[in-house]
Amino acid sequence: MEFLNLVLVAPIVDMIEYPSFFIEVVFGGLMSGVMYSLVALGFVLIFKASGVFNFSQGVFALFAALTLVGLMTGTVPFTLNKSLPELPAWVAIILTFIVMIGLAIAVERIVLRPLVNQDHIIMFMSTIGLAFVLEGLGDTIWGSEVKALDVGIPTGNFLIGEIQIQIFDLWAAGIAAFLVVVLAVFFQYTRTGRALRAVADDHQAALSVGIPLKNIWIIVWSVAGLVALVAGIMWGSKSGVQFSLSLIALKALPVLILGGFTSVPGAIVGGLIIGVGEKVAEVYWGPLVDGAIENWFAYVLALVFLLFRPQGLFGDKIIERV
Amino acid sequence: MNIKRLGIGVLTGLGLTTMVATEIAIAADQIFVPGLVYRTGPYAPNGIPFANGMQDYLTLINERDGGINGVKIVHEECETGYNTKVGVECYEKLKSKKPVTVIPNSTGITYQLIPKSYKDNIPLLTMGYGRTSAAVGSVFPWVFNFPATYWSQATAVISYIAGKEGGLASLKGKKIVHIYHNSAYGKEANPTLKVMAEKFGFNLTLLAVDHPGQEQKATWLQIRRKKPDWIFMSGWGVMNQVAVKEAAAQGFPMDKFIGNWWSGSENDVIPAGSKADGYIAATFHTPGGGTKLHADIKKYVYDKGLGGGDLSRTGEVLYIRGMLNHVFVVEAVRNAQKHFNVKVPNGAQMQWGYENTNVTSADWERIGLPGYPPIKVSCNDHEGGHPVLFQQWNASAKTWKVVSDWVPVMKDLVRPLMEADAAKFAKENNITPKSCS
Repeated sequence: MEFLNLVLVAPIVDMIEYPSFFIEVVFGGLMSGVMYSLVALGFVLIFKASGVFNFSQGVFALFAALTLVGLMTGTVPFTLNKSLPELPAWVAIILTFIVMIGLAIAVERIVLRPLVNQDHIIMFMSTIGLAFVLEGLGDTIWGSEVKALDVGIPTGNFLIGEIQIQIFDLWAAGIAAFLVVVLAVFFQYTRTGRALRAVADDHQAALSVGIPLKNIWIIVWSVAGLVALVAGIMWGSKSGVQFSLSLIALKALPVLILGGFTSVPGAIVGGLIIGVGEKVAEVYWGPLVDGAIENWFAYVLALVFLLFRPQGLFGDKIIERV
Repeated sequence: MNIKRLGIGVLTGLGLTTMVATEIAIAADQIFVPGLVYRTGPYAPNGIPFANGMQDYLTLINERDGGINGVKIVHEECETGYNTKVGVECYEKLKSKKPVTVIPNSTGITYQLIPKSYKDNIPLLTMGYGRTSAAVGSVFPWVFNFPATYWSQATAVISYIAGKEGGLASLKGKKIVHIYHNSAYGKEANPTLKVMAEKFGFNLTLLAVDHPGQEQKATWLQIRRKKPDWIFMSGWGVMNQVAVKEAAAQGFPMDKFIGNWWSGSENDVIPAGSKADGYIAATFHTPGGGTKLHADIKKYVYDKGLGGGDLSRTGEVLYIRGMLNHVFVVEAVRNAQKHFNVKVPNGAQMQWGYENTNVTSADWERIGLPGYPPIKVSCNDHEGGHPVLFQQWNASAKTWKVVSDWVPVMKDLVRPLMEADAAKFAKENNITPKSCS
């Protein structure tokens, strides 16, 4: 009885007795969810266009952030020597995006083109290799020490009643919302966006109707590079730029399971649900088991959804015709 | 066989040949000191300066002194990636080369190697980490964790807090939160903190953060609710950087936020920029370069192009800690050489060397680190009970400044806890404690 009270009653009573704290926990969860969504978006883009689960998406974010910091601090590649002029953040961001486009072209030429029409598992394996190569390359070019990243996003907090709001979180939410709108318009209303969806359905069929597969892949990997850059900036600003940044991909997996691998809105809504779910679980139920439950709780939550909607909340429904 | 397969075969063959060729051969008259290091993976930013410090100190001894009493040291690194399983594989690979000691460089790896140490007779040096109760030498004869353990460190942290609050009696009713890495390492201080909370009447909250610790919002929401007077952190890697930034974002006073000695390197505070100013961390050595030892490292190692890293980083906390590991190894080898009249001590002789470590002020002067407190290890006390310093981060100067005297540890409180835990271990593993009388 005591146990049931602790698990089922006490946390709910706590939420009701201290509603402002509960609201703060939910808000905090939503803001964390936005950060997860930023990472998940990169996975969704590439999966939509090529049916490939890009294992290297987290490393893309790391590579972009490393390049950005390197340019902002005037680091000479491969030497760690900071003798080049330090670039303003906006110039460095543009140059980093160009580097990410270059990387997309290289990935298409070296990794994807030789694997056209191969099984998805082979493409997936190639992205695992790509992750290791990029991680080593980033280390070699920019060094492995922890680097501070400050692109001028405001920090600090303010209070609404008793609820503390982090200014950085609001910026992250705004940037994510803007990114989603841009991507949704791009996929839904542009010719290239429609071509991307066609390629996702069937490489061969898309080629047969004249869609240039290699260009499409370069575009989608470039856009994923842009998303990785944004994720790298936001996560790198939170924790400093270092090699554990690539592990942010782990935070995106439950989001993808829940939201579906092919849906941009799914990545956002999935992120928000995971964010709120894990924070509420950690704060109210975590202390019962010595805490640190949020990581695995996110997967439990995602798996529960999976039982009822295997394609995820917003994923394309799987229809197999006989 | 087609050309492609032939090519792959040739390349693979060449690769294997190269691997074999790069294995370091150890002559019978050389001292083998392996290094279980992590220059890759998520904890590499900490592992690299640590490994460089370890490597450079041995290079210094070889270059300046021609080895230890003229016997050259051979150092071979094995990359663990801070992964326990890989660390154990490294140990198994290197133990056949008869190392004088093994430094596991991870609490997780240490826990796996402790049972092996009884069989392999290779002394483990786990300086400031690992299993705390291994300080009881009668039960853990092959493990040495001087100069201080997590439990002792926790008592020094509480002493430091008490000093700021007006004495141990003033701790009654204070709220202290311990944020810890959810691993064997992070949990080590919890039992001691619980005992002290009971004894001194402070209100203790334990908050675990999962690996790697990039996302801590739930933890900091709970901290905001608790409104603690002090926060103590046992973190590692990115967990530290995120925690310092979260504390700053919440406006928690940095001079009431104390990291343990694995949460007090430059890496942990630089990402937070000016907001990390005032953050406190425990340490068992002074920060910064400028010692005689550093001058020698420059002259005999870096000026000859033999340095493991960048000379400008040799004053960093983790580099110094890496060097200190091998300072103690070298001193133990000297002890063993002298006592047994051998050039290359075996495991048992090295164990004696560690057990008779007695680094006096004069020894610290000779080593090039004057001002360090003496340290004496014995057969039954493998910790030595070294005092703890507290350092504070100056964000504008990007340097640590010592802000306390050497704070003594509460040996009377932790030693009985260690002995109880060691006795439990001995009983569970059918170990008959060694006589140290």
